[in-house]
Amino acid sequence: MNELSRWTLALGAATFVAASSHAAHAADSVVIGDIDDMSGVYADVEGAGGVEAINMAIADFGGTVLGRKITVLSADHQNKPDIGASKFREWADQQGVNLVLGGSNTGVSIAMAKVAAVKKVPFIVIGAGGASLTNEDCTAYSVHYVYDTTALANGTATAMVNAGNKTWFYLTADYAFGTQLQDAAAKVVEAHGGRNLGAVRVPLGAADFSSFLLQAQASGAQVLGLANAGTDFSNSLKAANEFGITRTMKPAALLAFLTDIHSLGLKTAQGLYLTTAWYWDLDEQTRAFAGRFFARIKRQPTMDQAGAYSATLTYLKAVKAAATTDADRVMAQLKKEKINDMFTQGGYIRADGAMIHQMYVMQVKTPQESKYPWDYYKVVRKMSGEEAFGPLTGRCPLAPK
Amino acid sequence: MRATIVLYVLLGLLALSLPWLGVYPVFLMKLLCFAMFACAYNLLLGFGRMLSFGHAAFFGFAAYVTSWLITAHGAGPATAALCGMAVAALLGVVIGGLAIRRRGIYFAMITLALGQLVYFVCLEAPFTGGENGLQGVPRGTLFGLLPLRSDRVMYYLVLAAFVAVFMFIRRVVHSPFGHVLRAIRENETRAISLGYDINRYKLLAFVLSAALSGLAGSLNSLVLGFATLSDVQQSASGEVILMTLLGGTGTFFGPVVGAAIVITLQEYLSDVVGGWVTAIIGVIFVACVLSFRRGIVGEIEALRLRRTRPGAAGPAAHA
Amino acid sequence: MSTILGIPVPVILGQLTLGLVNGSFYALLSLGLAVIFGLMGVVNFAHGAFYTLGAFAALLGLQHLGINYWVALLLAPLAVGLLGVLVERLLLRHLYGLDPLYGLLLTFGLALIVEGSLHQVFGASGQSYPVPESLSGALNLHFMFLPLYRAWVILASVVVCFSTWFVIERTRLGATLRAATENAPLLQAFGVNVPLLVAATYGGGVALAALAGVLASPVVLVNSHMGTELVIVVFAVVVIGGMGSILGAIVSGLVLGVVEGFTKVIYPEASNIVVFVIMALVLILRPAGLFGRE
Repeated sequence: MNELSRWTLALGAATFVAASSHAAHAADSVVIGDIDDMSGVYADVEGAGGVEAINMAIADFGGTVLGRKITVLSADHQNKPDIGASKFREWADQQGVNLVLGGSNTGVSIAMAKVAAVKKVPFIVIGAGGASLTNEDCTAYSVHYVYDTTALANGTATAMVNAGNKTWFYLTADYAFGTQLQDAAAKVVEAHGGRNLGAVRVPLGAADFSSFLLQAQASGAQVLGLANAGTDFSNSLKAANEFGITRTMKPAALLAFLTDIHSLGLKTAQGLYLTTAWYWDLDEQTRAFAGRFFARIKRQPTMDQAGAYSATLTYLKAVKAAATTDADRVMAQLKKEKINDMFTQGGYIRADGAMIHQMYVMQVKTPQESKYPWDYYKVVRKMSGEEAFGPLTGRCPLAPK
Repeated sequence: MRATIVLYVLLGLLALSLPWLGVYPVFLMKLLCFAMFACAYNLLLGFGRMLSFGHAAFFGFAAYVTSWLITAHGAGPATAALCGMAVAALLGVVIGGLAIRRRGIYFAMITLALGQLVYFVCLEAPFTGGENGLQGVPRGTLFGLLPLRSDRVMYYLVLAAFVAVFMFIRRVVHSPFGHVLRAIRENETRAISLGYDINRYKLLAFVLSAALSGLAGSLNSLVLGFATLSDVQQSASGEVILMTLLGGTGTFFGPVVGAAIVITLQEYLSDVVGGWVTAIIGVIFVACVLSFRRGIVGEIEALRLRRTRPGAAGPAAHA
Repeated sequence: MSTILGIPVPVILGQLTLGLVNGSFYALLSLGLAVIFGLMGVVNFAHGAFYTLGAFAALLGLQHLGINYWVALLLAPLAVGLLGVLVERLLLRHLYGLDPLYGLLLTFGLALIVEGSLHQVFGASGQSYPVPESLSGALNLHFMFLPLYRAWVILASVVVCFSTWFVIERTRLGATLRAATENAPLLQAFGVNVPLLVAATYGGGVALAALAGVLASPVVLVNSHMGTELVIVVFAVVVIGGMGSILGAIVSGLVLGVVEGFTKVIYPEASNIVVFVIMALVLILRPAGLFGRE
């Protein structure tokens, strides 16, 4: 091999040593990272609005904790577990991250939880739904904050079966979240005397639902259980209308966010039952937060964005109370205190990491019932945290029954 | 000659000391794995002139096999990696056997389609975990003696593997087999008329390339601790083509340089320009194809050739 | 309800009909690919990107310029076709003397640029394009409700495909185009402006892709990746049909769409890969493709 190319190689190697050994964080700031879906099917549910919510929480807390500045990092995991896990690991190794928030995708969150356990960094899952995060996939450092598939099924499926919709067929997003949601709903349906007739798995972010919907219709079930979320949910519902599926089957929105209802419009979404942890129009506190959020983002906050705010605040309070950012002590503190803020009253973090708080079963208003912009829900039932999330299953080694 | 040895020693020392100089070892290991992948790919493209568009199938599928063997069957890292490589070789026999029936563009399109088939298999097959992939794969202990949890220890293992593969490829290219392969590349008809069974040679080159790509994928999954769909996706195939093209096909250090540039760009450029990375990589690709076809190392060697022998043209693939 | 193989007939018919819709897209796209390959020898990896551009042109035209669907159906392919001509003149032209693999690589790079840029500007999740008023509603076919729009897609694709085939195989213009592939210098000696013809061919081929994109916008979400996976399937379709055979591309596209639909009924997990498996079989048994001439 000739000399010139070898020297080039050596030079190149040296250059990138210089480039890559960049200085990391300022050792005395508290680093909060948000790894979320910023551009894909869940981008509107948390995404950039979530980062804004985190910033609002930091400002409301005072901007510093234990005399240290607070830095916020954010990254887009693009719904890919490898990107989420790699980013988490990199921030832990190179940026000294103290807390990671986010998720919005169960598969990615499971991957990140595993990194959290290895790197010993508290990880608060906001948008992901899979209940396995507090069961088989639980770790000593992960907290599941806003909702999970158990709570969703206990809310929506119960409401619908009790209203007489007994036979179910599922359109399921083919990854951890979808399958867990389907399983949870199926259990509830059977427990209340209904029957599950089958399911079809759809790739995440599928562009065309028509052939899957035809299979659903062929089953003859009364209910089309939509075990998906985000734009998958809106699109499958729209397609179901287009193909006349909704003439014979009632859609069950097993997970729907305010932003989904907004993009669907009340004409299409009216009458849907859904379960949510938080709604902007519940009381004075929620409206106050929503007003400030709306001023910046121009949309009302979803439960995930409110959850991101609350989780950040809760973490900072725990750090202050424990007088340290040491992961183990902070985690112990988090599981000790009750959480009281605009997101929840009397919420608490259980041994398996689940944040137990009240959940609401809502029904989407008809266009006539809605009096002002974003006036979409009416409360059907309020569930206590214990009822919504159920008892400890014992499947998490940290929290035996 | 002495200068060569000195340079190799210097490079070697640099490589050995990089983790101590503050460079992120995981990034380095990822780079080494992709450099290995690119070198294996170059064996096929540079020395055999066969443009495979679905090579990520070998890289990714081996990653899945390795991860699965460790998580589901508790295999040790060496066993799992070698099995990954073996499976990739087998896959190479199947895909190569089908693709070699056609030449040039058709060959490329067939590898593209078959690579996509492997992607869908990985998406649907129960053992791969679908969209979630296989997560939390522990590195284990090498031969039950050396724990690999430390990034630095793992780095030296990967570096050793990379050097071994690199030297092996050099040996292959300079062997009689390598000479016949290059003869086939230059003039297939003449090689046939000389009595060589060209399909056998091409298939062997394909399988070797597939096996080494598989080894790269297995090591990559050990480094990062997971195997996901990104490893078998079309974009990964495109990336390795870019790395080889950018660095210089038909040279030895070309793919390494190309891999270094692309991985570094992706890692650090995305912090600066965010999602524009893909488009920028596309621009580099187009620029390479239009006016930079010999790649960086290729251009350098051509320059050198022109200086020592005025009037000579074309890169010489010797090192 | 009567059944075949244990599956109710309405379900089979429903999936076959949907398969025909997909097949229409395959046919249109493989037609464009076959035209470009047959007449230029270039494998246009950017075909999926031009399809995506057609859809975005329709979407943006509606959002910013108020251009309705029917006008977009004409303007978008025209605009994208012109872009194609530019691409051919400025970029592809430099590669004609070289190994055809470089053409493939160049168009691959182009696809990355287009898709990467669209992804960055518009995000990964799609935007919906409304079905035009005159085509909304559904036909009650008894075994399923077929949205009127999808019936229109089938009709439009078939008409465009066969018109293009007719032009190329049966008219004087087509004969000139075919002559250009046989012997360009000779044709040029006859006074035909061959470079212009080649540029127009590339532009025409990608215009077909853009047309498919406009047709697709009300059906799928318009997003930056809509062309990527689709184009790989279309490549397989063209290999099956026989590269360079226009009729082969059209027929293969339609048939394979229907086969895929059928697979969704009897063995849904394999529906993604059935086209590739068929391609592998064709390669073993008849490497030139079903309609290929080699």
